[in-house]
Amino acid sequence: MTAGVTIEFSGLTKTFGAVQAVSDLSFTVEPGRVTGFLGPNGAGKTTTLRMLLGLVRPTSGTATFGGTAYRDLPSPLATVGSALEAASFHPGRSAANHLLTYTQAAGLDRERVQLVLHRVGLGAYGDRRVGGYSLGMRQRLGLAFALLGDPGVLVLDEPINGLDPEGIKWIRLLLRELADEGRTVLISSHLLSEVQQSVDEVVIVSHGKLIHRGSLASLDQSEQKQVIVDATDRAALAAAVEAAGYTVSPLRGGVLVENAEAADVGRIAFAAGIAVTALSQKRVGLEESFLHLVGEEGAL
Amino acid sequence: MSRFGGALRSEVTKITSTRMWWILAIIMVAYIAVCAGGAAALFGALGDSTNGPSISGESLAPLIYSFGPTLGYVFAVLLGALATTNEFRHQTLTPTFLATPRRGRVLVAKLVALTGAGALYGVLAMIAAVGAGAGLLLAFGIDPQLGDPDTWALVGRSVLAMALWSAIGVGLGVLVPSQVAAIVIVLAFTQFVEPILRLASSIAEWTAQIGQFLPGAASDALVGASFFSLAAGAGGGGTMLEWWQGGLVLLGIAVLVSVLGWFTSWRRDVT
Repeated sequence: MTAGVTIEFSGLTKTFGAVQAVSDLSFTVEPGRVTGFLGPNGAGKTTTLRMLLGLVRPTSGTATFGGTAYRDLPSPLATVGSALEAASFHPGRSAANHLLTYTQAAGLDRERVQLVLHRVGLGAYGDRRVGGYSLGMRQRLGLAFALLGDPGVLVLDEPINGLDPEGIKWIRLLLRELADEGRTVLISSHLLSEVQQSVDEVVIVSHGKLIHRGSLASLDQSEQKQVIVDATDRAALAAAVEAAGYTVSPLRGGVLVENAEAADVGRIAFAAGIAVTALSQKRVGLEESFLHLVGEEGAL
Repeated sequence: MSRFGGALRSEVTKITSTRMWWILAIIMVAYIAVCAGGAAALFGALGDSTNGPSISGESLAPLIYSFGPTLGYVFAVLLGALATTNEFRHQTLTPTFLATPRRGRVLVAKLVALTGAGALYGVLAMIAAVGAGAGLLLAFGIDPQLGDPDTWALVGRSVLAMALWSAIGVGLGVLVPSQVAAIVIVLAFTQFVEPILRLASSIAEWTAQIGQFLPGAASDALVGASFFSLAAGAGGGGTMLEWWQGGLVLLGIAVLVSVLGWFTSWRRDVT
């Protein structure tokens, strides 16, 4: 295994005609950690990763592995392993031969083929043509390609998409293991909930722009607390809470109070002489603060 | 060099690891054997009659053997074109360029690998043409001229022509990445457009000068014999390049379409 290096994005921009897919993206991804690259579909994640891997030419800016562009790496597959979203297989070729072609192209030891097939759990299916593979098996084969050169850096686009619950559990352990070995692991996803158990760091993009960068905990800190309260005289209750300086909005089953503790809202109602029929604290989850960050499009 | 060697080995594995190359080869061999054998039997049977087409004994055998490249070249072009268009169609350009980020190296390796595969197709085509053709000529008591060095020179030039056609296919596949479009262009051009152009070009001296540079005409010139040039020659205006000039024209076309394809698709973003 080669050492994990830092991935550096600097002012990365890509314009397709009039559409700015990625705008001035700058951040770094450190070794020894799993970094989630998050954003709704169409946020420019795949384009960013393809620019990093030399498949798409940036309009401006750079993306490098410790200062070296992908195409200038002396042995690319042994330095960076990647699995991109699109299933890139010839359906008539066996998985083992699929991997063999790239093993030869990269000048790697051909024993790596069986080794990585076993590591991703496809050891018994290597001689089968990929056309007969399930979506989950294709994902695993994509991962086998990424691991082919035993690289210090892994770039995985939506690796959890299409896996069954058992596969999801398996990949979480694998990602953890790879990061603990000192590798740089960058995984993209459009769902925070899908990766929040695996990632240490998050980079959030929306409309091609960086909107949040930090640890998973940093996302937790931006979490807001809400209270749902109800009374027979709902209008009087809302007025009383609003008068105390809170922002309220009507719900079907009560009133939603932003940035509040249940105890405080209860005290306000009590002081106003309103009998509360329901009072509960609602914690905004990571997913909701993620959606809040990426805006309405995140709901797609 | 070793990096190029790796890319070349990879391209060879890509050809041999799917079923397409041998399915195409079997169809080609059967097609050529049936046509060459059939023609040998037809002209052998007509040999003594006075009202049939008359082809002298010593020019019959090379004509029959030239069925190898004249019927086989479309298979060589398809093999080359499918090798590149498959990469676009199945999005395998992504792992290919990840393993070999220098795209020029990939394209040259592909051209070299498919030129070799085209030469192998040439050998198979000539085994079919000479095997079936000579067998039936012998059966009708006609000298198959297997002892004549000119016959073996024709076989060698035919293999070269097939190799060059396969390289043209690779370039065409880069220039026209859509597999369906590439196949339609190959079939329409080789089976329909070019034969008409060649016939049309033989009507006048100056058009014949241009017509001899058509790829099929250049290929016939390289091989040194074909039924088509016989027909064109009978029309009066048939002009042929030297065999080596024909080879250079095919090589030039292969290089031209590859270079054009490099700019229109190969160096573009892979999304």
